[in-house]
Order: sequence, then structure tokens, then C-alpha cells
Amino acid sequence: MEKILLKLCVNGETCQVAVPPNKLLLDVLREDLGLTGSKRGCDDSSCGCCAVLIDGTPMLSCVALAASYAGAEITTVEGLAPPGELHPVQEGFAVSGGAQCGYCTPGFLIATKALLDRNPQPTLEEIREALSSNLCRCTGYMQIYESVRLALERWQQVPRTAAASPTAAQGSQ
Amino acid sequence: MAEFSIIGKPLPMTDARAKVTGLGKYADDLVVPGMLFGKILHSPYPHAHIRRIDTTRAEALPGVKAVATGRDAPHPYGILPIGHDERVFQTDKVRYIGDNVAAVAATSLEVAEQALALIDVEYEPLPAVFDPLAAMQVENPEHWIHSNKPRNIEKEYHHVFGDVEQGFAEAEIIHAERFYAGEVTHAAMEPHATLAVWEPDGRLTVYSSTQVPYYLQRTLSNVCEMPMSHIRVVKPLVGGGFGGKSEVIPLEVAAAVLAKKARRPVKITYTREEVFYAHRGRPISYMDLKVGITREGRITAVEARMVQDGGAYCGYGPVTVLYSGNLLHAIYDIPAARYDGYRVLTNKPACGAMRGHGTVNMRFAFECLLDVLAEKAGLDPVELRRRNLLRAPCITANQLRVTSYGLPECIERVVERSGWTAKRGKLPFGRGIGMACSHYVSGAANPIIRSNMPHTTVHIKVDRDAGITVYTGASEIGQGSDTIQVQIVAEVLGVRPERIRLVAADTELTPVDLGSYSSRVTFMAGNACLEAARNLRAQLFDAVAKKLDCGPEVLEARDERIFPRHDRERALSFEEAVAAALEAQGALVAKGTYAPPEEARGGTFKGAGVGPSPAYSYSAQTAEVSVDPETGQLTVHRIVVAHDCGRALNPLTVEGQVEGSVYMGFGQAVQEEMIWRNGRLMNPSLLEYRIPTTLETPLIESIIVESHDPEGPFGAKEAGEGSLAATLPAIASAVYDAVGVRIHSLPITPEKILAALQEKRRQAASQTRNSGTHPGGGS
Repeated sequence: MEKILLKLCVNGETCQVAVPPNKLLLDVLREDLGLTGSKRGCDDSSCGCCAVLIDGTPMLSCVALAASYAGAEITTVEGLAPPGELHPVQEGFAVSGGAQCGYCTPGFLIATKALLDRNPQPTLEEIREALSSNLCRCTGYMQIYESVRLALERWQQVPRTAAASPTAAQGSQ
Repeated sequence: MAEFSIIGKPLPMTDARAKVTGLGKYADDLVVPGMLFGKILHSPYPHAHIRRIDTTRAEALPGVKAVATGRDAPHPYGILPIGHDERVFQTDKVRYIGDNVAAVAATSLEVAEQALALIDVEYEPLPAVFDPLAAMQVENPEHWIHSNKPRNIEKEYHHVFGDVEQGFAEAEIIHAERFYAGEVTHAAMEPHATLAVWEPDGRLTVYSSTQVPYYLQRTLSNVCEMPMSHIRVVKPLVGGGFGGKSEVIPLEVAAAVLAKKARRPVKITYTREEVFYAHRGRPISYMDLKVGITREGRITAVEARMVQDGGAYCGYGPVTVLYSGNLLHAIYDIPAARYDGYRVLTNKPACGAMRGHGTVNMRFAFECLLDVLAEKAGLDPVELRRRNLLRAPCITANQLRVTSYGLPECIERVVERSGWTAKRGKLPFGRGIGMACSHYVSGAANPIIRSNMPHTTVHIKVDRDAGITVYTGASEIGQGSDTIQVQIVAEVLGVRPERIRLVAADTELTPVDLGSYSSRVTFMAGNACLEAARNLRAQLFDAVAKKLDCGPEVLEARDERIFPRHDRERALSFEEAVAAALEAQGALVAKGTYAPPEEARGGTFKGAGVGPSPAYSYSAQTAEVSVDPETGQLTVHRIVVAHDCGRALNPLTVEGQVEGSVYMGFGQAVQEEMIWRNGRLMNPSLLEYRIPTTLETPLIESIIVESHDPEGPFGAKEAGEGSLAATLPAIASAVYDAVGVRIHSLPITPEKILAALQEKRRQAASQTRNSGTHPGGGS
């Protein structure tokens, strides 16, 4: 298939890639941009390991054509915080056992970030609902709930402007 | 001052940062220049002769760099020395849908897929058999799946311990029943992936999602006809294993064979569908169980028969069926037991080791039967267990050595936390609570390949930078083993964990460890780390003793300092201590090993090798459920679990392991099942093979019980598997408490509950008719 030239905005950076028009966003991220944080765990959009934020909304990059998202603001797990730093959501999962094997973790971080962006005071039931599109085979989810709680706590301690949006997190500090 | 400064703390995992930033690399993330993409051709038939394979059209396709068939790798292999019945590519016949026939390496995945379609294979289908009970009846040798396995019986074991007849004669209550468990699989989130790199010097480097780098290295050496020392296996981050990566998986061999043939790097990553067909999960099990007790509730005898549907190849099969029998013991005091176990071949993917290996289905049956017996004896199910406890240390009837035994405390803790006494039998109709117990080995006392060599060796190096490098073969697969080893070394050397760098699971750099299976790493690699760190500390103490003019025996290492115990101010910093030691001998190196003691290795009967362990973990659980009697819908609300892990070296990871075990048990209990139709899997995806999401998974409350095993590192035992098995019977027991029906078939689906409720109503109605009383009115 003839390749097309595509301009994507990923983690606050604009980049150009030449890819076939049917190439999935997940494959473009992993193969063309070297962003291997997003994972493929299934063949049928059921596991959530590939979730990224597209204009702030969590989406499955394994069923998204990259060409459909030219111009959109795409955030992967690598873009949650500036290099060398951790977003409060990442801190929560690192400290409270939310990441065991770590394979589902990028997807959970994306889903959690999206949840806390729209609902800074989620109840346990709201957390369970918001994370129900992501599968984890390791934790039994209890330490993931703990991780979300800790993320929330840490997030409330940092200025909202710094961590409120991925682009802000990229740009500041 | 606290006894320990590093262990016992809920430290985050050492690789947590790599995981939460997305920067850690798993096998499929790896890319090297010139890399080719591999794809495997699978059999569409469950059982067929291969009459002809023609690869010429595939080889001619531009972009194809190698096509491999069985001719390229004729040597058989298998994880057990007695089960070398697999070949990476079949030459004469295929034995299950998905069996491996050929593979292609090409410049892109698309070309590789196109090439597969150009391989011509002529099959001659054979009669296939899919049910183990039917497979055992096949008389025609032409139709046996392996010609050397008559009537498709891979292996059978017949054990008798104690006087079983006498035991049943003494029993006052005897109950027997058949149990069934459907097939389940690991479903680790990371699909298997292998990158095999052909090096310019004719060596091979293999990066693979494996739990067993050493066994992979051995197998590749055999299949590729290369010395082991010319094959380097490196384990990158592994996205969960649960046993599904604990033997050599065909793609690992296929990638190596293709790389050798193409003289190029080759990566193969399974699709999720291929992962399901690669399988090696928990087999369909038919279990006939009979248990006798006295009126007081003491178990007098046990009789168990197990038939396991092993699939088409041996794999770990004989081990699975032996665990089912031998671990009937070492949890309760059982004076006499008979066990007949059959591992049967069928035309389906091979089963293998899955978390709780071999114990889970039989434990389900056993605990369910105890629930029935408790009722017949008029005892609370908890009380029945209390009356059959072991007294450690002890040796069981089948010669397992139990050195520490926290089960009594586990039981009491969950009874208290769950509110058992106020709930069992007292909740409104439709709501119930159940309980059960389980246990597991802390590593197998006998290695897969019998030898007297240590099961693990650990090296430590310290040089002028005063950094500590630990070289360990142990495989971190998400369970936290890297972290535990760092904590142990840091504790002994009295340093911050950040000072330690762990180099793990790289056969070129790290000494042999047998792998991450049978919950062996904390106990075995942990003990080796402990010994290596103590040896290193002795070198430091000798140097410090000279500087401080004291005896090394009065020294202590803690908080980055080494000092005389009675004069803490006269301390050398860790760096000063290292410098002092380097003056005398240059870079410091130390070694530690672990081999289970002779007394832990079990008896001498056929099959005695499986089950013995240096220590056993214990678990007790309660499950609270509600059941809608109109629909059979089962909801599990809360599980309270207490796990005896000896000592929690890291409570965060212990709880994570225990909760993860309960989660996996819950999935098998209520909703996971591989559905087979004529050898084809009906649900080979995560959409249809439903592992639980946050919405179904109950809240799990974990309690750590510490029995301080005399031989565990700082008293620790396993934490990653022992709590799985109790979850299933605890839920079954709760269903009975809720609506009065016993479901002894897994998974416990709404359909089964509803059918049982309807049958119960029908029986009640016919009894009412027969007794002539007026129908209606509840019980």
C-alpha cells in the first residue's frame, strides 16, 4: 500500500511519519515513533493495554487508524510527565503496588489520568467503573484502587496547573 | 531498635519506575537492525498424518528470508526428561488444531503472513479424540495420539499410604462424590514474544518472555545442535507468566531455528489467539473423591481418583497429576489415603503448569467434600478443619516434611475478620458465606532434571565505586522477586536498597537458577542471596575488624555503617569499609547457593519426587456471596484471606501476590472456561474467555500470617500461589449457604445454579406429594 505523509502531535511534539493509510495508531506509536510504552495485549480491543489519551479522552490505539488523528493531541504513557519525573498517577501505581508485571500499567495509568481529570473525588464505585475497560491479570485490582487513592492524594498536593493537562505537564517544570 | 531495617517494609518494586513510565522493555518492544518477522503455520486438523510439505512457493516470495520445517529441527524436546515428545515443527503427523508445521521469516509481518499461505501441506485426517474418558478407551493403536502411549494414557500413578481399608472401617460418616473442573488458562497480559539474534561469531542470543531461561537455553542447545555455552538467553521484563511461560514454548524454538537458518535476527510475537492455543493451562479434571470421618470429625481415610485431560503432548503433565495426589497431604492430618491418577492425551493443546499447579482442582473437590461432611456430622465447617490440623514439625503419611504451619492462625483470623460465626447459616435466603483452606509448596525440593547440584547460585560483586552488584539467575515475572533479593542483600550488608544493582536472568552473566515456577524464588534464590551477602559481609568485617582493632564477631552492619555492637560510634562508613577490604584483596566477590536439605526431598515410591518442598505455605479464606434464586446469578462480594508466608519480607508484594491468587481463583470459580468443540477453541480471545474485570471482582481483604519457617530466608515461605485454591471451594460453600445447592462442577455458572435450584424444587415437590402434605410454604 502506498504510504502517506502524516503529521501527528504526540506528547506535545509534532512529528512526521510516512505510513500506509491503514496503519493503526498503536503500530505507528510503537514502530515508527519508538514509543513502546503502549502495549498490545489482545486481538479484539478487550484488554485496554494500548490506551492513549486523544484530546484528553482515553481511546484504544489498537483500533484507531493513525491517519484519523492528524492534528489531535495524543498522549501516551511516556508523555504523562516530563522525562525524569513522575506524574502523581505514575507515583501512585509505583508506590502502592498497582504495577506488578507492568504490562497493563500504561493503559491503567491513562484510564486513571482521564478519570481524575474529569472527577477529582471519585468513589470506589466510580473508580471500578472507570477502570472496567482495562484488564489486569496480576493484582486482583485491590492495589490498583490503592494506587488511584494515592495518586489522588499526591495530585492534590501539586499545583493543578502543573499536572492538570498533559501538555502543561510537558511544558512546565 | 527494630530487628530489621530493610526487610518487612512495603518497599515499592525496584522496577516500578521502568513500568510506570513505559520505558521498561518487554520482548516484543525489542528491535534490532536487520530484524526479520517470523510467523508460524499451524495445523487446521486436530489429528492428521502429514503426507507432504512443499515450501517452494513460499521461499520464492520476495522478502522471505527463511522457511523452516521439521527437517531443520528434528530433535524432540520437552520440559520433563521423561516427556521428550515435542518437535518444534511436526513432520509425520499433527496432534491438535494449532500444532506447529512450519515457519517463515520475512522482512515484514505482512510478507510472512502471505508466505504462510503459500506453504502447501497435504494432510490425511485421522480419527481424533477430545474427551479423556473416551481417549482411555481407544483400542486401535493406529489411532493413539502417540504410538508409544497405549490407550492414550500418558502416565498413571497408584499410591496407597497407611491402611485405607481400616480407615474407612473406622469411619462413621463416609461421603463420596464426583467433581468436575473445566479447563482454564493463564491469560497473562503479555502475549509470548521471542527475539532470536544470530551473532556474527556463530552464537545465538535469545530474548524471550520466559519464566525459565535456563531450561530454554538447554532446549535450544539440543534442538539447534549448538553447545549451551554458545546460546545466551536473556529475559527482559515479562508481562506475567502464571506458569504459561514456565516451559519452552514453540515460538521460542521457532525463532531460534529461523534465525540460525536466515543468519539474521528474527522476532516472533504470538497473537492472542496463538497464546490461547499455546496454552499449557489447567486441565479438565474428573475427580472421584471419598472421605471418611469419625462422628467427632476426625478424618480416617481418603480415596481419590483423578483423570486429567492433558492435551496432545506431555509437557508438565505427570507433575500436574502427581501434585493432585501428593498434595492431598500436608494440610490436614490424614492417616490413610489411596490415590489413582491418570494423565490422558487428547487432540487438544497441551495443558501444563498453571498457578497452584495440580493442587487447585483437587483442593476444590476436597474442601467441598469437607463442607458436606461437616454438615453430616453436625459440625461447623470451621470446626471440622480445626479437628484435623497437623502438629508441626511432622512428616505426613506420604513422607512430606512440614516444618512450619500457620494454618490454625489463618483459620482463626479469617473467622474473626469475616464475622463468620454471626453469618454462617444465619444470613437471609440468597445470601451466604463459605470457607475453605489451601496450601502450596515453597519450591520443589527435587529439580526437574534430577541432580545434586544447587537449585540456585547467586554472585555478589563490590568494587571501588562501593556499588553492590548482585548476579542472580532468578526470573522476575511481575511477582517482585528482584525486589525481594535486593531487600535481603541490603538487610545483611546494612545498606540502602539503592546501593544495590541487580543483574538478573541472563545466562551469560548470571549463575544458574532453575526458574520462576513452583513458588521457589523467595525461598531458594532468597536463601542463596542470604548466604552470598553473609559471605561478602564476612570479608568486610575482617577488614573493618583490623582497622578498628576488634574481633569481626562483634561487628554489625546497618544504616550504611559498620560498627562494633557495643560501641556504635566507632563506625566505618560502608564506603570506608569497602576501601579497607579492597586494599587487601581487590574487588570483592562472594557466592551463595541453595539446595534443599536431604530430609526435605520426600520418599522413594514412584512419583515421590513431586510434592516435597522445604516448606509449605497455608491459606484460609471466607467468601461472601449473593445468589438470585430466580436467575442463578452469583455475585461474590467479599473475600477475606489469611496467608501464612512464613515472614513477609515485603508486605506490599506479599499482599499483591495473595490478592492476585484469590483473583485468579475467583475467575476460575465463577466465569473462566475454555470451551472446546471438536478440538477447536470457541473462545480464543479475551473478549470471550472472560477474565474478571474490576466490576465482577470482589473486594479482597488480605491478612498476613507469619509462622517463621526455620529454613526460609528470615523465615519466609511462598506467597504467590498457595491462596488460589481455597477461593473456589469457599465460593462453592457460600453458594450452598445462600441457596442450599451444592455445585461441584467448575465454573459455578448461573445456569448450573439455576438447574440445581430447579432440581431441588422438583425433589421437594415430589417429596411433598409423596408424603401427602399440602404443598407450598418455604423451609
